Amino acid sequence: MSKVIIKLENDISTDDIYPGRFMATVLPTETPQFAFFDRTEFNAQLKAKAFPAGSIIVGGENFGCGSSREQACSTLKGHEVAVVAKSISRIFLQNSINLGLQVVICPSLEANEGDDLEFTADQVLNKTTGKSFDQVKLPAARKGIMDAGGLIPYTRARLMAKA
Amino acid sequence: MGMTVVEKILARAAGLPSVKVGDVVEPAVDLAMSHENAALVINQFQEVFQGTGLEPKVWDPSRIAIIFDHRVPAESPKTATNHKKIRGFVAANSITKFHDVRGDVGGICHQILPEYGYVRPGFVVLGTDSHTTSHGALGAFSFGVGATEMASAWSLGIAVNIEVPATIKVVVKGEFPPMVGPKDLILHLIGKLTAQGANFKVLEFHGETIRKMSTSGRIAICNMSVEAGATSGIVPGDEETVRYLREEAGVTEAIPCVTPDADAAYVQTVEIDVSTLAPQIACPHMVDNVKAIDHVVGTKVQQIVIGSCTNGRLDDLAEAAAILRGKKVAEGTRMLVFPASSKIFAKALDMGYIHDFMKAGAVVMNSGCGPCLGVHEGALGDHEVALSTTNRNFKGRMGNPTGEVYLCSPVVAAASAITGVITDPRKG
Repeated sequence: MSKVIIKLENDISTDDIYPGRFMATVLPTETPQFAFFDRTEFNAQLKAKAFPAGSIIVGGENFGCGSSREQACSTLKGHEVAVVAKSISRIFLQNSINLGLQVVICPSLEANEGDDLEFTADQVLNKTTGKSFDQVKLPAARKGIMDAGGLIPYTRARLMAKA
Repeated sequence: MGMTVVEKILARAAGLPSVKVGDVVEPAVDLAMSHENAALVINQFQEVFQGTGLEPKVWDPSRIAIIFDHRVPAESPKTATNHKKIRGFVAANSITKFHDVRGDVGGICHQILPEYGYVRPGFVVLGTDSHTTSHGALGAFSFGVGATEMASAWSLGIAVNIEVPATIKVVVKGEFPPMVGPKDLILHLIGKLTAQGANFKVLEFHGETIRKMSTSGRIAICNMSVEAGATSGIVPGDEETVRYLREEAGVTEAIPCVTPDADAAYVQTVEIDVSTLAPQIACPHMVDNVKAIDHVVGTKVQQIVIGSCTNGRLDDLAEAAAILRGKKVAEGTRMLVFPASSKIFAKALDMGYIHDFMKAGAVVMNSGCGPCLGVHEGALGDHEVALSTTNRNFKGRMGNPTGEVYLCSPVVAAASAITGVITDPRKG
């Protein structure tokens, strides 16, 4: 069970999650400082490690739209947060799977800042309101990547099998 | 049941007789493109090989393209060092489709790829840039990926575990009215579909308007297909595709085109008649917040931007120069022009367009992405408003979270530069 630390609107772009002006920074060890940089207060809380691992960012429709910049995923992964949104933009979803950032698609989700949520295999349980909501399964084709722990170990295993 | 153009491309690239929506395939990659973020791809690529005992070599250097465009010339020591690192990798791996910071062969990746004939109809193209959808303009299945997915492609030569996407058929008819063109069409379509209306889907463009459209216009519409969430936009290859590749890109070998079957299955069909279309504007802060120009005419703008992979080609510059010739950019407004490639810059110089811009008071910059995403020159001041021919207007996009960005066509941008307010070029 984890707390919702922020509830965001629809169409959160990767420019919002990780502004373009920090794109020269690429290392996953360095990107977390710029997470939601222009949301000054939230950025400061993240940097101050105000939230325990597994804390949840709630998004609306089309979360992660825009650029393919992978920093938008590594920056969140660095803070060990999870994302649950009504829908997620294709490239952001794929990058999350590839890097092992926990993302959950839940079209009918009702949750507010401070609510306690639990992810089951196919539902999101809002422990605060007592309601439960169905998840949309992540693309089946990506299961192998998730099971391997991300695209790097997955590719490494494929490469070794080929060699 | 027949196949859409993307289904045909994926079947061929995966070595299968046919595929259908939802099938999982692993297509061979025909071209893998990166820009400065190759610095991150290199890190991920090297990590893939860690502990394998294998030498980290890319699968096929002839199929990798790297173009410096996002921050050129380098805006910081950090970027310059990334550039340096990539140059080293390019040399070590004998990558020939490399475009450094240069005034002869440099430019924006989505212009360089078509311009040098790197993309062909039927190709599977991966790019570590969301606007890789651009290359659907040449009949390729071309989509954006993250750096780690590119590292995987560099290692294996395939795109792993791709689900065959559903396709939306977009049929466009009618002749564009004066001062209305491809940019207005794609903005109108994004407004209609919404920013996620084509998420996980392909936009396949058809109709007489598309058939008559230049490759430049097709690049603009495929480029912005991603703003409706599309995996790719695609115009099936035709006579114009072949003409462009032969005459403008200098391709000499055979250019087979892939076309969809007549009984292909589409998840949705959208019909648009452009003959009554007005100039379209995407208003802050979403690309699908599209309005006909009369709703925003008179809005004061401090910065006009003409350029980018969306609208920085020669025809875009020609249209804008024709409006600005002999006129002046309004006091209190600054205008930036950045051609999509060095070749286009040189042609615009020969044609006198650059002179027209400079005489009008515009600042002509080198080719690159800079102002579009606020990474290199052209940042907005607090609460300033920009009108731009680029492709995104998200909050903070032009380098300042308090700024506002309106998106438009080159003629709207040019007409508005003279007045300092959003201006309908049909009435200018």
